Amino acid sequence: MAFLQKFLIRTLYAVILLAAVLVLNFSMMHLAPGDVADTISQSMGGADEEVLAQIRADYGLDQPFLVQLGRYVGNVLQFNLGYSFFYNAPVTDLILERLPATLLLVFTAQILALGIGVVLGVISARRPNGIASHFVTMLALFGYSAPVFWTGILLLIAFSLKIQWFPVAGMRDVTIVGGFFTHALDVARHLVLPVITLGSLFLALYSRLARATMMEVLGSDYVRTAKAKGLTEREVVYKHALKNSLSPVITLAGLQFSAVISGAVLVEAVFSWPGLGTLAFQSIIARDTPTILGILFFSALVVIVGNLLTDLALRLVDPRVGGKR
Amino acid sequence: MEPLLKVENLRIELTTRTGVAPVIDNLSFELGAGESISFVGESGCGKSMTALGIMGLLPEKVGRIASGSINFNGEELTTATAKRLRDIRGNDISMIFQEPMTSLNPVYTVGEQIAEVIRAHQGLSRKAAWDQAIELLDAVRIPNAKGRVSDYPFQMSGGQRQRVMIAIALACEPKILIADEPTTALDVTVQAQIFDLLNDMKRQTGASIIMITHDMGAVAEMAERMIVMYAGRKAEEGPVEQTIEHPRHPYTRGLISCVPHIMSNISEERHALTEVPGIVPSLSDFGQNRCLFASRCNMVTQKCLEERPTEKPFANGQKAACWYAEEV
Repeated sequence: MAFLQKFLIRTLYAVILLAAVLVLNFSMMHLAPGDVADTISQSMGGADEEVLAQIRADYGLDQPFLVQLGRYVGNVLQFNLGYSFFYNAPVTDLILERLPATLLLVFTAQILALGIGVVLGVISARRPNGIASHFVTMLALFGYSAPVFWTGILLLIAFSLKIQWFPVAGMRDVTIVGGFFTHALDVARHLVLPVITLGSLFLALYSRLARATMMEVLGSDYVRTAKAKGLTEREVVYKHALKNSLSPVITLAGLQFSAVISGAVLVEAVFSWPGLGTLAFQSIIARDTPTILGILFFSALVVIVGNLLTDLALRLVDPRVGGKR
Repeated sequence: MEPLLKVENLRIELTTRTGVAPVIDNLSFELGAGESISFVGESGCGKSMTALGIMGLLPEKVGRIASGSINFNGEELTTATAKRLRDIRGNDISMIFQEPMTSLNPVYTVGEQIAEVIRAHQGLSRKAAWDQAIELLDAVRIPNAKGRVSDYPFQMSGGQRQRVMIAIALACEPKILIADEPTTALDVTVQAQIFDLLNDMKRQTGASIIMITHDMGAVAEMAERMIVMYAGRKAEEGPVEQTIEHPRHPYTRGLISCVPHIMSNISEERHALTEVPGIVPSLSDFGQNRCLFASRCNMVTQKCLEERPTEKPFANGQKAACWYAEEV
């Protein structure tokens, strides 16, 4: 019961946070110089003041700021994020169409980075001077310092152009025919390089942290107790030490969720991955305000849900989090 | 009768930045079945290292048994395989540590932590091991054992956690229980309860106890024989009462006079509380062929600085490593 109550309170906070993000985003977009009318007139090859005023009136841009804000919030409450004049489609549809691709990329990268990061961390913590340990240190240095778009392009040149193992761009090959499995395999092939690109940065972070916490935990009193019980090396490391060293890594992963999403924008641009990132990139170029706002809103939503999931995972790993006493 | 545990000429070396130092130097002692002995001495004199050496738990790559033998029940432990040592640890020889607050794993229930050692050594099923964990919690006098068995360590007090540690240590009815300063981190009333519990458990299971402490009161309460350690060497050994009554080593004498006597608080005249002047020599000086206590001793002569004292036995069972033991 207490758990459910806490969860509901957290959800309430999340909704308030989301509302704040919504208002803030809208205000910031409003502050930026230039508006939709400018863009439309440009695409028409220029227009005089009269036409501009007409466009502004059509889109309600001549109204005071608070009225515009109120309308926008009201629309969002009805799950209507506005209409994109650039794509000629409702923003909600645009986003829902591309969201799965981004979620697929982001979650695959995040989960792989976490899993492999923890395993590398454990291996290198057990032998701090071994090959694996040096590998983790180098990987961390590389992952930290190499910009995502640069890694992405290098991978493209190496594995798509020179050795043609993976497709160059996109998410699926339209010429492929076959059942669900064939298509899933096709998407997986397209997914490999973007996931490596996006995941490498976070793999570096997680493996470094996992190594550090694991080394600390292996020197702790309760690990000595576990050894004194006569448990095997494997039980000591994977039962007693590992579960204790997970909390910091999971916490970091939760905090990094926003970074993973902003990283996804760049990675999607490099690999023409048909997700929110590509949409964001294009709509920023086109000054498509409703779409940009919608994407920002959804990114905030994903980050908040990610944080909630992190909280849940922490509770599973450590009974002291939100404990009974 | 063969003793249960026989340690002979044990030398444990630690690799430090300044070189290799013998933290235990030529230590020999015996422990009979059902007997209690106490190791006494200042911090850093090698008490805990002795315990870890017996358990085969010396810090990896840093500490090692350089020479000597540890014979348990006729079996040589210094040359035993890792697997054999695992079978013995927690089963035949188990250990309680100094810090109950950090010695239990925070993310598993106390029941699981007790049941685990039973499963590992006795091959019981999950259910049977869990039931036995409840019985053990009850035996170490945790009220409402059935309800507390699925508690996590953070839901228990320091004294309760140490009781859980004792339950874990006694789960497989070990022949030897090593208690490394089991009450240092606890407050005084809880200390007395833990000593009571340990004494009762010892009576019930017949386990031998090696008690490591720097608390003379605990020695008198728990042990029949005591071994005084100084700088990795045995300074004195003997039956507790006689040794406290008439120490044969200047260091033992110093340690005992450090303890305020209960009567001194009540009686009119108060003896000034004495101390042992100076500090323990640094690890790098440990191996030298001289008396390591000489720099702090008021009976020091040239001989003490030139030659390590040999052990002198006395008729009552006391032994002291001092050139002038008779005169102390």
